[in-house]
Amino acid sequence: MQTISILHPLTALILSPLLPGIINRTKAFFAGRKGQPLLQTYYDLARLFQKTPVYSQTTSWIFRAGPLAGLASAITALLVLPIGGGAAMFNFTGDLIFLIYLLGVMRFFTVLAAIDTGSAFEGMGASREVQFSVLAEPALLLSLLAMGEIGEITLAAGIQETLPRLSLSGIYTSLSFSAWMHSGTVLLLAASALLIVLLTENSRIPVDDPTTHLELTMIHEVMVLDHSGPDLAMILYGAAIKLWIFSALLAGVLIPVRSGNFLLDGAATLGGIFLLTIVIGVIESSMARLRLLRVPQLLSGAGVLAILAIVLVLRG
Amino acid sequence: MRLILISMMILCFSGLCSFFTGRNPRFANIMGAGGTVLGCLVGLVPATIVLWTGQTMSIHRPWQVPFGSFSLQIDALSAFFLFTILILSAVAAIYGNTYLWEYRKRKNLGTSWLFFNILVASMILVVISHNGMLFLMAWEIMSLASFFLVTFEDEKENVRRAGWIYLVATHIGTAFLFVLFILLAHKGPSLDFDHFISFGLNGTSMAGLAFLLSVIGFGTKAGFMPFHVWLPEAHPAAPSHVSAVMSGVMIKTGIYGLLRTLTFLGQPEPWWGWLLIAIGLGSGILGVLFALAQHDLKRLLAYSSVENIGIITLGLGLGVLGLSLNQPVLAVLGFGGGLLHVLNHALFKGLLFLGAGAVLHATGVRNMEQLGGLMRQMPWTGAIFLIGSFAICGLPPLNGFVSEFLIYVGAFMGTGLSGVSLSSIGVITGLAAIGGLAAACFTKAFGIVFLGEPRHTPALLGHEIGWGMRIPMMLLAFGCLAIGFFAPTVISAMVPVIGNVTGLLKIDIDTHLAVVTVPLQRVTALSCIFILILGFLIYLRRHLLSDRTPAQCNTWDCGFVRPTASMQYTASSYAQPITSMFGFFLQTHRKIHAPRGLFPAKASLHTHTDDVFFQGLFLPLFRGIERILLPLHWLQQGRVQIYILYVAVTILALLIWNLR
Repeated sequence: MQTISILHPLTALILSPLLPGIINRTKAFFAGRKGQPLLQTYYDLARLFQKTPVYSQTTSWIFRAGPLAGLASAITALLVLPIGGGAAMFNFTGDLIFLIYLLGVMRFFTVLAAIDTGSAFEGMGASREVQFSVLAEPALLLSLLAMGEIGEITLAAGIQETLPRLSLSGIYTSLSFSAWMHSGTVLLLAASALLIVLLTENSRIPVDDPTTHLELTMIHEVMVLDHSGPDLAMILYGAAIKLWIFSALLAGVLIPVRSGNFLLDGAATLGGIFLLTIVIGVIESSMARLRLLRVPQLLSGAGVLAILAIVLVLRG
Repeated sequence: MRLILISMMILCFSGLCSFFTGRNPRFANIMGAGGTVLGCLVGLVPATIVLWTGQTMSIHRPWQVPFGSFSLQIDALSAFFLFTILILSAVAAIYGNTYLWEYRKRKNLGTSWLFFNILVASMILVVISHNGMLFLMAWEIMSLASFFLVTFEDEKENVRRAGWIYLVATHIGTAFLFVLFILLAHKGPSLDFDHFISFGLNGTSMAGLAFLLSVIGFGTKAGFMPFHVWLPEAHPAAPSHVSAVMSGVMIKTGIYGLLRTLTFLGQPEPWWGWLLIAIGLGSGILGVLFALAQHDLKRLLAYSSVENIGIITLGLGLGVLGLSLNQPVLAVLGFGGGLLHVLNHALFKGLLFLGAGAVLHATGVRNMEQLGGLMRQMPWTGAIFLIGSFAICGLPPLNGFVSEFLIYVGAFMGTGLSGVSLSSIGVITGLAAIGGLAAACFTKAFGIVFLGEPRHTPALLGHEIGWGMRIPMMLLAFGCLAIGFFAPTVISAMVPVIGNVTGLLKIDIDTHLAVVTVPLQRVTALSCIFILILGFLIYLRRHLLSDRTPAQCNTWDCGFVRPTASMQYTASSYAQPITSMFGFFLQTHRKIHAPRGLFPAKASLHTHTDDVFFQGLFLPLFRGIERILLPLHWLQQGRVQIYILYVAVTILALLIWNLR
């Protein structure tokens, strides 16, 4: 189990830059364009790693440390993320908190690096990033927890338990299509909350627009305006891994193939992740970005969905 | 046991020495600070022994005071608080030695040290006294000593006001404690804590009342919303090392008192836990929201103490629920997390207050809107402040994460249990929201003060502080790191303390703690992996850049060539989206002079967030009381003879009453 479980972080490290490519191709398809190559992010990363960075005189070592700490926490987060029917390399009670707080570490450093430039734009982005995370974090935690409580019900039906119940691995291995049969509502609510959190945390439409740089309305892209060269490469890579993490979490709920065959389950989740990125592309092509003042309402909506999910599962 | 008495004697003696040699600031300073450090080191010996062996030390001597006895006892709970108090006080004293030096011309440092040492000694006495009378006396000495410390710069009007608010608040709290102790003792022969337990209110309907009294009385000291109003006034007014001690450990004596009272009351009822969780949620979320809305760095930290007291109370609430519903795992994790957060908060909040003191020392400014870019002049302070901010946000791998993790897992265990589900979901949601808000608050505090460009000239003048202030801060930062990385060991050292509060056997606690010890080991392993990956990335970056010279230029401001410092995002603008999202609670006042016309000349925006509870609850309340009592003003003639007459009449009346 241990040797196999290291495969997943490796797969994620290798394949995650593919996800932005898929989204962009989907958007290009809907716009009637040919679009950039699927592997564009890989080319970008390779190019950026070879470039010489430019630093603002205002910045301190925090600005240089931001991308490093962000990427390191994203990679560490992969180690507790289960995929397919298998457990993650590290699984323990409460590892979902660890995952969420690691993403918090990533945000903490990205935000500080943005403030370090002294730019009004980046300060603005940083301020919005922390605002939305206040609402997104509880929604994420509660929706994962709601799925965990379903797992308990399934286990009570007679499935043997070997993994800690309230760990990500425990939650995801006990999900299955039969869980959708008996508590589909809860899963649907949790999955919708997860989708909204995914779109927010990865700065996607309708919350943020990753294609614009110079608008007063964006969040993540504006925070990294001043980064260049290898620093920017690490940020792009970190963002791709973060997108992978959230997609894996959501795909694990939506397509819970648990045949027991490692290859089949893994392939199903991988397929799910790619399918999900296409869905994100479709959402981006078919929707406009929300007005910024409406975003908190959307996120509160996600929170309410998550609370509803957990109340339903505990009452039912 | 003798050592703790010696420790208190050293503290009092050195304080007096310092007081009498106040003319010579150098000697007074060394005497005061050195005495505190020595006293604390001596006191740490018994505290460590009790924590290590789990044995209780006690001393019992008769005392003339009615119902009083001079009985002291160090059990694991006392030892834990003792440990926290002594460590932070010693570190703060070293810092204060340098910090107070610039006041030597204007102020008598001896007086300040006298009260500082008395404060430390009285905090020791509060946590070890085993008799109600002695406890209340120590409590009162503690309040008065800290009052005199807060009013150190009494030539400033706002300092006098802050001192006054603190004095009133703390005495109202103490009044509730008097009633509490009378209630606890009304069956027993004396105010000894042992009698409280044996002749206690266990199981009676009075127990609930006693619990409420202790929540109000001790909660005023601890800073439960809405009794927190004195904190944001008193902490900024005091010298920074005093703020660190007051915020780091003195308010925790309130938590100690609450826990001690719980041990007298026997089996708790579920509503006590619910009440504590509700208070914890209120204090936690509103505390951090108010912190976010502040511009004054020390005021921000004071509100953040309210938030952390909220987190501690969430833990205690879960623990009480666990005890009352007979779910030992909840009790162990709740109390364990809450208690550990007491220690953690002492470390990082002490650190942050000392850091704020360093900023104040270097620039003379507390207003964040005038600071910025201090990282260049003060790299050490900046790095240490960053560690403190990181820890207080509860991010792994530092210590804040460990205690919050315990409370989270406790709440996870509670979901699905009848009577706890709702509270657990509340705790989980609350902690997650507090975590997000704290991250916003402390990226603001650190980012606005230390990063970017200086916003105003004072910040340009900043200079790095000396080693005398740097080393204490480094010690605290080291503590934050150590607890983070050695979490499993720290948790197992807390078993006797948890046993003392919950009344469970060591073996039971060990089994229940196993729920978190394995996860914490994994967290430590993952933290090490995180450091390794980070190291590899740093190496990679260095390797990539080894043959390239990075270019330097201005910050890219979208084509604008001359960005100035005043164009930066300010503390208020950074917090604005969140403060307006929660504007209903904060009631922020804004004064806007918007730009007008085609050629706008001058525009300004001022925001100010008052304390809603102070303005909306206590101010009208006290005005009302004043109005009611004003007709009795004629009693107050200002002549001594008349007052003696009042005394004589009262005694006569009492004698007649006695004859009856």
